[in-house]
Amino acid sequence: MSALRVHVDGVGLWAAHWPHFHALREQLAGQTVSPAERTRPPAERLPANERRRAPESVLLAIEVAGQAIDMSGADQTQLACVFASAHGDHVITDYMCSTLARAPTELSPTRFHNSVHNAPVGYWTIAIGCHAPSTAICAGHTSFGAALLEAATQVQADQRPALLVCSDIAGSGALNELTGCRQSFGCALVLSPEKGNRSVASLQLRVTAGETPVTTSPSATLPEWYTDNASARALPLLTLLARDGGRAALALAPAMHLDVHTEIIQ
Amino acid sequence: MPNPIPSLAVTAFTVTSALGQGLEAHRVALGAGRSGLKPNDFSSEPLACWIGRVEGIEATALPEPLAAWDCRNNRLAWLGLNQDDFTGAVHAARERYGSDRIALILGTSTASIGATEEAYRRLDAQGRIPADLRRREIHVPHSLTGFVAAVLELNGPTLTVSTACSSSAKAFAHAERMIRLGLVDAAVVGGVDTLCDSTLFGFNALELISPEPCKPFDRARRGISIGEAAGFALLERSEAASDAPRLLGYGESSDAHHMSSPHPQGLGAELAMRDALARAGLEPTQVDYINLHGTASMKNDEVEAQLVTRSFPSTTRASSTKALTGHTLGAAGIVEAAIALLAMADGAVPGNAGCDEPDVHCGPQWALRNERQRIDVALSNSFGFGGNNICLAFARAERAP
Repeated sequence: MSALRVHVDGVGLWAAHWPHFHALREQLAGQTVSPAERTRPPAERLPANERRRAPESVLLAIEVAGQAIDMSGADQTQLACVFASAHGDHVITDYMCSTLARAPTELSPTRFHNSVHNAPVGYWTIAIGCHAPSTAICAGHTSFGAALLEAATQVQADQRPALLVCSDIAGSGALNELTGCRQSFGCALVLSPEKGNRSVASLQLRVTAGETPVTTSPSATLPEWYTDNASARALPLLTLLARDGGRAALALAPAMHLDVHTEIIQ
Repeated sequence: MPNPIPSLAVTAFTVTSALGQGLEAHRVALGAGRSGLKPNDFSSEPLACWIGRVEGIEATALPEPLAAWDCRNNRLAWLGLNQDDFTGAVHAARERYGSDRIALILGTSTASIGATEEAYRRLDAQGRIPADLRRREIHVPHSLTGFVAAVLELNGPTLTVSTACSSSAKAFAHAERMIRLGLVDAAVVGGVDTLCDSTLFGFNALELISPEPCKPFDRARRGISIGEAAGFALLERSEAASDAPRLLGYGESSDAHHMSSPHPQGLGAELAMRDALARAGLEPTQVDYINLHGTASMKNDEVEAQLVTRSFPSTTRASSTKALTGHTLGAAGIVEAAIALLAMADGAVPGNAGCDEPDVHCGPQWALRNERQRIDVALSNSFGFGGNNICLAFARAERAP
């Protein structure tokens, strides 16, 4: 098949040491990045009362979405939304399963409604007044590759810009032995069908059969925990966007990957 | 407004719910207006409510090579896949296109969370998940899709859609885009959700569960009845099967209003229905039947009734079938798509079971009892938590453009 081509107009990032995409750029350029204070993601697009009550999963997704929108200058109310997370809200899952095992009728209604996988995209569309189509997806450890393909598919199929958010918070409780997600990580891309005056890169995506080849050059700079968090598997692509472009292979399914060719637009 | 899109052929479909296993069981139950709802006997501390439970899940065993995937949700998926020769149809498609040219896109709201709940009830002395449940693949939201990919031996793009109660209807939209862009030649879509404590006690905490069998669109409705179900469909380009029913279009939207109650004027639902008609190249007057979301919650039914009454002519027939199956949450979209496809195939409008005295907002479109009528075009509505809406548009093959 021919490649899907989309343009990147904005990038958002929140993780240990990288409270913003620029922090990743600075680190890759050799500057010393001071460790981020371990505060909650600011998520300024949420109304203040929601921000106080929202779980970390929602704050993280909304923070990176807001950063990507700010960089792109896009009309946030018009963007289709593709939000992905391999595990959803781990912490709420741990709370729910613990409570259900002990005293099921004491389950908190708020925690339950925040437990749905589409809670972050729901809060996002409500906070900014977006009536465009929105979705919430996952694909295990291949969630980022699958989400990038889905967002690019929406951009091309409907010839409209889309917001891609992929985020996973650190897990807790008994479940975390199996999921092993130790660090929170969220990233966002604003993708558009045409090159605009804010476009920072173009991506050519090709769906390719076979297991994912190891991407060598960027991974040398990546933290050792990055494969524990499915969303952080975006880092090989983000490092290309932060530097000079190039190729990355992203897992899409057990026997399929996405070959991404990144060109930086000066 | 979106432009019209080429239609897709629905070359196979199947459904398993509290009404029975496979299409024929559903045809019979719908014809008789027989409900599958029963008093709740699920979980160690059953709430006083009614549920749509699928018979035979406990007695279902997965084949040995698939044993690592064993849990209630994947057993129901297995039961569902083995009806109506669905796996045979997928096998034939695999032969035609190759296993990496078929996408697998499934919707679920809870996946196999029931297994995680069980693990937490039985944590060992060290507080660890017990050894028999220490299987990573069943404790992730992608569990269902991973399992079905293994069963059907599909190697194409796979995706789990988890937008609460719109999940499995949205799988059709995701698949259509991938086929239209040539990423794949066919797609297996559908969804599975099973009864579990998270949803029963969660909806109970939100005070949305009815103590009696649910009564969609009835003035005296008191909330939802939760069910479980599995359903699947195979989508291919229309040239592949000129006589198969068609997916004509879909419309998706966000309410941007509230996490757990719909927009009071039905703004998002209206956008979704309008977009579905635009993509399908249809006018409201051409719609013969609408399978409504109709959960029997106070607000959803009021808003949806007003929308249908003001938007469609009296010749359009409309009903909710959730009093028969229960609200199967992430599987509701595929269950109701299958019911809409059956209605078209049989010229049989399912009655709006559970409704004796319709809500004041219900118009002449409501089919309270079963009706016989040719149905060329059918819509199916699904609305989820977080204000996530989708409307699917189907047509008989001869009616398709």
